[in-house]
Amino acid sequence: MIFPALFFYLFSAVLIGSGVMVIASRNPVHSVLFLILAFVNASGLFVLLGAEFLAMILIVVYVGAVAVLFLFVIMMLDVDFAELREGFLEYLPFGLLIGGVFLAELIAVAIGWAINPNLSSVAGSPIPANISNTEAIGLVLYTKYIHYFQIAGLVLLVAMIGAIVLTLRHKVNVKRQSIPVQNARGKATAMDVRQVASGQGLRESDAAEWVK
Amino acid sequence: MTIGLGHYLAVAATLFTLGILGIFLNRKNVIVILMSIELILLAVNINLVAFSSFLHDIVGQIFALLVLTVAAAEAAIGLAVLVVYFRNRGSIAVEDINMMKG
Repeated sequence: MIFPALFFYLFSAVLIGSGVMVIASRNPVHSVLFLILAFVNASGLFVLLGAEFLAMILIVVYVGAVAVLFLFVIMMLDVDFAELREGFLEYLPFGLLIGGVFLAELIAVAIGWAINPNLSSVAGSPIPANISNTEAIGLVLYTKYIHYFQIAGLVLLVAMIGAIVLTLRHKVNVKRQSIPVQNARGKATAMDVRQVASGQGLRESDAAEWVK
Repeated sequence: MTIGLGHYLAVAATLFTLGILGIFLNRKNVIVILMSIELILLAVNINLVAFSSFLHDIVGQIFALLVLTVAAAEAAIGLAVLVVYFRNRGSIAVEDINMMKG
């Protein structure tokens, strides 16, 4: 079977290429679009690995939510992005040095380390052979890892409340509806009975007083 | 031409390095730094899912799901902080974030 290998190289090449473009692109909108491409290709890799549920979740969560959030923020902030690019070449040698050190360390770890062939026999939750990936995840996630699942939900709740609290603002000179004030209005405050002198009509001096 | 665990780990390591590089190269643009963090978390997820697949253990995918949750929360909070900062200062350059400098 040559197709899995071909698709692996295709997805990996596009993934790494779009990763380069995310950090090298001049326009942040292009960066976000390349980020979306990277996530789509990563989900292709997940499908090759047999993790179909995570692949679809990756597309739903990242392309559907996070990337659109990034696009919204870029659209709302009126920033001169060309100005932000100025220090790019200045930091390039230092960045390449740091990146090279990281890559060398990772390669050293990958070369000098081998997986024990018996390790798969001590798996915490072996993947069942006869059910789908989604079902297998559900069988473990809602039983053995239910507390992690609930804490993840709590993390999302805290993030949501935090984002709302951070970005909410009340402008001072905007008129708003206040329901308690409306309900508190009675006859005494809302109505005013005046005696108008007969045959004289409304005078200019009264008008200013009547309109409160 | 069979694809083993090492191939996936190499892709994830490259992506991780790209994320680190993006943080150092775009020292001024906070949005690209946030996107680099997303790349790093994606590399971690690829590692987890690759190990999960090759060791026949579903736990790696559970952890990848939790990492995904944290990444989404982090993006939301980070962008909210960015919006508040832009309202206050009118800029998103990292170099301008020095108001608390003692």
